[in-house]
Amino acid sequence: MTAETQPQTPPGKKSPGNRTLLRVVRYTLTRIVILFLTVVVGIFLTIMIANMGGYVDKIMRADIRERITAQFMNDPSVRSMTPDERRNLLNERIGLEEQRVGLNTPFIVRAATFLWDALRLDLGQAINMTSDGGSRQVRLILLERLPATLLLMGTSQLGLFFVSLFLALTLSRQYGSIWDKLVIALSPTSSAPGWFYGIFLILIFAALIPVLPFGGVVASPPPSNHFEYLLSILKHLILPASSLILSGFFLSIYTWRTFFLIYSSEDYVEMAKAKGLNARNIERRYILRPTLPNIVTNFALTLIGVWGGATITETVFLWRGLGLTLYTAIGQYDTPVIVGDTIIYAYLLAITVFILDLVYVLIDPRVKVG
Amino acid sequence: MNTIKNSFQEILRYPSAIVGAVMIMLLLVISAYAMITIPYQKAITLWRGGEEVWYRNPKLTPPAWLNWFSNKKLPLSFVINPGEGNYSKVVTTQSDGSSLITLTYSFDYASDGFPQDMLLYFKTKYAAKQPFVSITWKTPDGRQMRVGDLRLKSDTTYRFSQDSTLKSRLGGKDPQVVLFEAPHATADVPIKGTYHVVVSGVAWESDSDIDAEFVFQGQLYGLAGTDIYRRDLMVALLWGTPVALAFGLIASVGTLFLTMLFSAIGAWYGGWVDGLIQRITEVNLVLPFLSILVMVGTFYSRSIWVILGATVALSIFTGQIKAFRATFLQIKEATYIEAARAYGASDTRLILLYLSPRMIPTLIPGLVSNVPAFVFLEASLAVLGLGDPTLPTWGKVINDAFANGALYKGQYYWILEPAVLLMITGLAFALLGFALDRVFNPRLREA
Repeated sequence: MTAETQPQTPPGKKSPGNRTLLRVVRYTLTRIVILFLTVVVGIFLTIMIANMGGYVDKIMRADIRERITAQFMNDPSVRSMTPDERRNLLNERIGLEEQRVGLNTPFIVRAATFLWDALRLDLGQAINMTSDGGSRQVRLILLERLPATLLLMGTSQLGLFFVSLFLALTLSRQYGSIWDKLVIALSPTSSAPGWFYGIFLILIFAALIPVLPFGGVVASPPPSNHFEYLLSILKHLILPASSLILSGFFLSIYTWRTFFLIYSSEDYVEMAKAKGLNARNIERRYILRPTLPNIVTNFALTLIGVWGGATITETVFLWRGLGLTLYTAIGQYDTPVIVGDTIIYAYLLAITVFILDLVYVLIDPRVKVG
Repeated sequence: MNTIKNSFQEILRYPSAIVGAVMIMLLLVISAYAMITIPYQKAITLWRGGEEVWYRNPKLTPPAWLNWFSNKKLPLSFVINPGEGNYSKVVTTQSDGSSLITLTYSFDYASDGFPQDMLLYFKTKYAAKQPFVSITWKTPDGRQMRVGDLRLKSDTTYRFSQDSTLKSRLGGKDPQVVLFEAPHATADVPIKGTYHVVVSGVAWESDSDIDAEFVFQGQLYGLAGTDIYRRDLMVALLWGTPVALAFGLIASVGTLFLTMLFSAIGAWYGGWVDGLIQRITEVNLVLPFLSILVMVGTFYSRSIWVILGATVALSIFTGQIKAFRATFLQIKEATYIEAARAYGASDTRLILLYLSPRMIPTLIPGLVSNVPAFVFLEASLAVLGLGDPTLPTWGKVINDAFANGALYKGQYYWILEPAVLLMITGLAFALLGFALDRVFNPRLREA
């Protein structure tokens, strides 16, 4: 991390507007460059892992063979040839194309080419899977599934964040109460991932009491009316989002409650109390404000952890996002899609880290570019 | 020594720690029991054997203990053969060398439901002329019914439910139901009492012989039930325990110790070594953990050991390494380190014997509370279809159940049994880890 923390300054002290802006811009740009380099290295490692068994080469060769064969079929001049001649010519052309693309060049050069393609998500054709539009381009398949994942993650994680933050603040006021003890007792339940709660939620709310759908993103056939369509999506969203929320619920309340309790015993809070400020003010300006960076870090770290876990939650709920795509790709052994999915997750993680950094610099005046 | 004793006494003050420890002990006992009663090879055969291992079991039946919670008692599965059950064989040899063989299978029937199926597996010895048998059914109220006649090959399977002539003779109803009902019954209620299946056969040659095994496939089976392939789920539930514990513990211990080692090395040497470790950590943060494991699973190997290795490798360079590094940087300045350096201790010695041990007390809570995450990770990978190909694990049972739509079809036991075991394991370690955290990190306690 390039962000460094200066000795603590009293909260509430503001620096002039344009200096803040300059600081934010400089910081953001530095972070973008660094994060981009990190992503490049990360994706390069991903490709190396995939290519250790020669799979990326296989993807490229299969892609070339298919393209050349398709061209060949449409070429009227080859129709008159005997099957043997035709096969020889086809193999010769494939060999030429492989040479042209550079499959025979040294590994490091090829890795660089593939890295460039991977960074643009230009991963060629999927083996079996198609997008809803019928395309077999990995990029299209993945981009089409992205919104569903973002919707699920967005609603569940933001919901979890605000609900548990609010409850944690309330709870920190009632230290030692029965609710407080209950939350502490229940916090080990967060060791189970979202999909695990998903099973039970499906069992209760779809199988035993059939009020909500078992899975999917929208009812089948989808309603033609826009409003009903939205409603149907929301109805399908309830269970997967709740299972993700449930899996983080008690632990995040517990963590933040502890944060607030520790910070509410700081000297400046005692001072504010002694000055006779009202409880709401103390809470907002003397407890919430200084703990905000910690809270944001915590939130982003859970988000980073949950990206992976959501893969299986999507699978369990047949939620047509990136996770389900990964699951289908594993089942069909569709290697380009698996590699592409990994890369797009790497991007999402990097964006999460970047947003974390950005929010961090906005809320914490102590952060500067080191 | 005294501090360990004190900590231990303090742990005992937390009821959650005791509950967690007891649950962990229980899981260890189950693991030991599983590995002793079903040795590895036997477990693999039982789990992956194929039809000839599972043929006796009914398909998709819930566990037997469901009867405790229901007024309607469903029939359990059982087998009658020369080794078990009420079986008798009478052989009368005749002057021409042929013999009349009568096999009788008797069983008491007291349940309120009907079986899934009944089967007779014949094992016959003959040279040229096939033996011939006829099967008779005797009910508790004294009626006798002809079930079927058949000519036997060396291996013949007779399924009551599949005999279409019998079915049409019984008025088009399923034989395994009608055979238990009173004549002209209106409600589907079986007659309770002792039933007999009599197989009377003729073996034409002097050295030919008939033997058969009667398999009653009820609606409940064993303590865990069976899945769609007729496998006894008990095998997977029992064997899943040591697999889950081993995976969780090894991954947790391995990850924490390697993290500690790397952060100690980074803090000790500083400079480019430290920088490299920091950069690796940053790259690792954007590597999608699960997807990489999926790639390893699909491209290389699904063996649980390979996955374990990859898991540990990916979990070393996480945020934890930064926290450890900060602590090590403080410890590094301690006077005893300076003293050790002054008498010329080597770097390796300093890192392994002077720096690292200081960290161990703070490591213990994490060691325990990281276990559930890894246990669930193994199950998660199995749910994604990347479970170890040979080992029976909980995650694979859940995966099978999902793939066959167990939740939609109401076969809840199939999914709930492994899920509950996963939950118990996760909860046990989480409870203990939580208490340990409060003992070893007192700052959390007052809050």
